[in-house]
Amino acid sequence: MTETDVAEAIAAAHRSDWGKIVAGLIRRTGDWTLAEDATQDAFAAAVVRWPIDGIPDRPAAWLTTTARNRAIDRLRTATRQRSAIQELSMNLEPPEPHEIDDDRLRLIFTCCHPALPLPARVALTLRTVAGLPVAEIARTFLVSETTMAQRLVRARGKIDHAGIPYRVPPADALEERLNGVLAVLYLAFNAGYSNVEYADVAATAISLAEAVVELMPRESEARGLLALVLIQGSRRTARFSSSGEMLTIEEQDRSRWDRTDIGRAGMILAAATGRGAYVVQALIAQCHAVAESAASTDWARIVALYDELVVLSPTPVVALNRAIAVGMLDGPDAGLAILDDVSTQLDGFHLVPAAQADLLRRAGRIPEAIERYRQAVALTPTEAERAQLRRRLTDLGG
Amino acid sequence: MEYLLFIATDTDPEPFEPDVTPIEDWVTEGARRGIRKQGDRLRPPEDATTIRIRKGELLVTDGPFTESKEWIAGYDLIECADLDEAIDYASRHPMARFGRIEIRPIDRDDD
Repeated sequence: MTETDVAEAIAAAHRSDWGKIVAGLIRRTGDWTLAEDATQDAFAAAVVRWPIDGIPDRPAAWLTTTARNRAIDRLRTATRQRSAIQELSMNLEPPEPHEIDDDRLRLIFTCCHPALPLPARVALTLRTVAGLPVAEIARTFLVSETTMAQRLVRARGKIDHAGIPYRVPPADALEERLNGVLAVLYLAFNAGYSNVEYADVAATAISLAEAVVELMPRESEARGLLALVLIQGSRRTARFSSSGEMLTIEEQDRSRWDRTDIGRAGMILAAATGRGAYVVQALIAQCHAVAESAASTDWARIVALYDELVVLSPTPVVALNRAIAVGMLDGPDAGLAILDDVSTQLDGFHLVPAAQADLLRRAGRIPEAIERYRQAVALTPTEAERAQLRRRLTDLGG
Repeated sequence: MEYLLFIATDTDPEPFEPDVTPIEDWVTEGARRGIRKQGDRLRPPEDATTIRIRKGELLVTDGPFTESKEWIAGYDLIECADLDEAIDYASRHPMARFGRIEIRPIDRDDD
């Protein structure tokens, strides 16, 4: 057994067991901070003990027991918490697999409760369910570690003080609340993914989506979200050029797309029975993923799927993407006509002039295209996207 | 847990419908479920009086303490197992549609 073996075993246990251990401790003690601290203690103990004693036969059981004992120690020094100590000391049996699953679901739904502010839901889910370091979450969301730590403290405080229950919502509220969970995971994924360096958050969001599908395999929207993020994530190494500018799907080297992820997404999606907004978005992403080139993409199917999506999710951004697809299917003028309507609702949104510029370029209306690319550059927030637009400008001689 | 519901008006309510569930039914439901402890309508803001003591002097002013387009039209004190039950019960109040309701936990931090 080498040091690397131990480090890998601890990392693997952290990925698969952190959330389960925290979830079980919260159910038994009702104390979120204690649950996280004790779990952190258990992993710290593993770092010390495993190189000496060897990796335990059942790492999850070792960590669960250690975390429980650390929680009892912490409660003893804090006094007063007799009922929680009793609960922890009397239930020495390892939890049943279905109990672990129930605990994980409770934890996910509670972290994503709509009574918590959205940024807190995202942070709490990444920290408490996935065990991501606070510093990592803070970097991804562009706030200081102190600010992020305070956000987590306030969120745990509200769960306690406002009486946010630790449970899976009842059937009549489940669909709405599950959509809330999926929105949190998608937001986390996008935050991680839009950043060149901080892919940890995106990978964590994908593994959380996997957990939700595993726990609720019949929920087709959960499958839709997982397939969607897998397909988007499959382009992670292809989406930037070597000089760091963002590449559109059309420009990307398709041989660098991760075919394993795309294949998995296809299987997950095939088992989805419903057709909600995430499933339809995943089907659109799949059309791109299986096409050999932009030209051979099944644009008719993509437009048909967007027609479905504008009904399910009638937002201006969806209408914008539909206009781009129509431009690919029926020619640039058809796309531009739709964009004229959409642009009034998305005033100042950089993707509108960018889309108009692309369509004008295709239509051969070069001076107008240059004008729109310039507008888009001025409105675009990230350097990687601006670089892509500037390259277009240079190509057109603008 | 105890919660105080602030029943407030809203600048963007749903259009009023005469056949909405009457408030009496909501009160009856609260009693049957053992949730609602008390509550009432409040007179409008023009009947409000705000007082402060500053440097030992009592200052009495006319009107509510915040100038706002929305105002509190009533209150209810309820006792629920958790926030989800409070949300469920509050969402059945007619003013959830024609106004808005703020759910505030009573501070029970007495330990």
